[in-house]
Amino acid sequence: MANPLKCDLCSKPATVHLTQIVNNKVHKVDLCEACAQAKGVTDPSGFSLADLLLKASLNPEPATPAGVKCERCGCTQNDFKKHGRFGCPTCYDTFRGVIEPMLESMHHGTAHAGKVPTRALERKSLHDRLTKLELDLTEAVKTERYEDAARTRDEINQVKQAVNHPGSS
Amino acid sequence: MTISSLIATPSELTDSSSSKTAIVLMTRIRLARNITGHSFPGWAKPAQREAVFQMCSAAVGATPQMKRSLTVAVADLSELERQILVERHLISRELSGAKAGAGVVISREQAFSVMLNEEDHLRVQVLRSGFSLKKAWNAINELDSALEDRLDFAFSPTLGYLTACPTNVGTAMRASAMMHLPALVISNQMEKIVRAVNQLGMVVRGLFGEGSDASGSIFQISNQTTLGESEEDIIKRLGSVLQSIVEHELNARAKLIEADAGKLFDKIGRAFGILQNSHLLSSSEAMNLLSLIRLGVDLGAFPDANRAITDRLLIEAQPGHLQHAQKGEFDPAQRDVLRATRLRSEFANFTRPDFTVHQPEKN
Repeated sequence: MANPLKCDLCSKPATVHLTQIVNNKVHKVDLCEACAQAKGVTDPSGFSLADLLLKASLNPEPATPAGVKCERCGCTQNDFKKHGRFGCPTCYDTFRGVIEPMLESMHHGTAHAGKVPTRALERKSLHDRLTKLELDLTEAVKTERYEDAARTRDEINQVKQAVNHPGSS
Repeated sequence: MTISSLIATPSELTDSSSSKTAIVLMTRIRLARNITGHSFPGWAKPAQREAVFQMCSAAVGATPQMKRSLTVAVADLSELERQILVERHLISRELSGAKAGAGVVISREQAFSVMLNEEDHLRVQVLRSGFSLKKAWNAINELDSALEDRLDFAFSPTLGYLTACPTNVGTAMRASAMMHLPALVISNQMEKIVRAVNQLGMVVRGLFGEGSDASGSIFQISNQTTLGESEEDIIKRLGSVLQSIVEHELNARAKLIEADAGKLFDKIGRAFGILQNSHLLSSSEAMNLLSLIRLGVDLGAFPDANRAITDRLLIEAQPGHLQHAQKGEFDPAQRDVLRATRLRSEFANFTRPDFTVHQPEKN
């Protein structure tokens, strides 16, 4: 925090200073009165500290060089800064450097420890494999490697069966 | 199923007669899910939003849990219908004001709802009356797995389910309980509780989520963090926080009775008098009075069966439900008259409070 007297959100002079301990880490947020009101900090019935921390941690110097743009959706770091929301799932890779320190301060840990969509991931890996095998087959036929082509075709049939009957292979 | 038949059917919350729901009125879990390779709703172009809406509504409608469900676009709902769905916690305020291509799928018994193109492509939610985090998790986990068979979710092995806002990434799960805490409010302990709960990584909000007030002494307590812990661990941690809040509330009730029973009974008795006799009642005043009656039920001053009536009225006194029952749209001043009339007639048949057995209910 460069200047503790400036509001973390709008850089007007800060009059509200909030210190909170979340998951054994001390978090300090400085806010001007207008932002404190708007964020509901003065209302004890609840405000989202995570949301505040997110916005506040967007201001310090970026870890990813400025001007980085998500190749898939065109979301820039400035867009993320402005909305606090990413453009698409790929942004998590694009802005890895920006969000890693943020996640650390926001969450209980930095690695997912919950549910894994096993069946969906299996389905995806089968589809990827099928695409690759079909390319191999075309290539084998083109270069007249018929033994390879026959073996690839058998494999394709096996994978196709697994796609149609998930969990049986 | 149509929106009007859905509204005419009591929701999971208005029908709590079957369950014993003293301090925890309702348990809710929601999961945020997104489709891989598609922009998040806030960033997507209208045509992309529409495509995701079509794909997801078809997939959601095909799950066994959503048999004979209602699928509706927000744009096709009247202002009043949206408000009723918000009051029943079936859609969020954010969705109710959403752009084109947003909508919701609601299960027949209104326990499940899946919001489409809110902040994330899918916001899957389950509601259960009373304190039943584990049952709610099992139910939503099954629905999520059924969806997983039909949709390719954006998922990273290291970061978990990817969400539009990084505060939800990981399990993308928000588990919450709606709690009735009148004694903690009366004895000015809520601020202390909010602070303690925050330090445990949980959030306290008003009845309708972020930014809403806590009229009726009803609060929502939920987990703040979503990454680094499994769903079961988050639920276990939240469950023990909720349990300890229940104990604090029960202690506060016992202390209020011990310190000055007359003062507490006076509050409840006056609330009863106002509900039986008033001609103008704002939504917030009605909530506070009903909250005191509910406390009276818990303390044994009213028959136990009246808790369900009070819980139903807590929802039916809301502006949307009130206007729907009167089949029209009314300005706030007219609503206050209608609300008072409605509550007067409901409370005309209510037995008077009897404080002779002022033993707090064992929970």
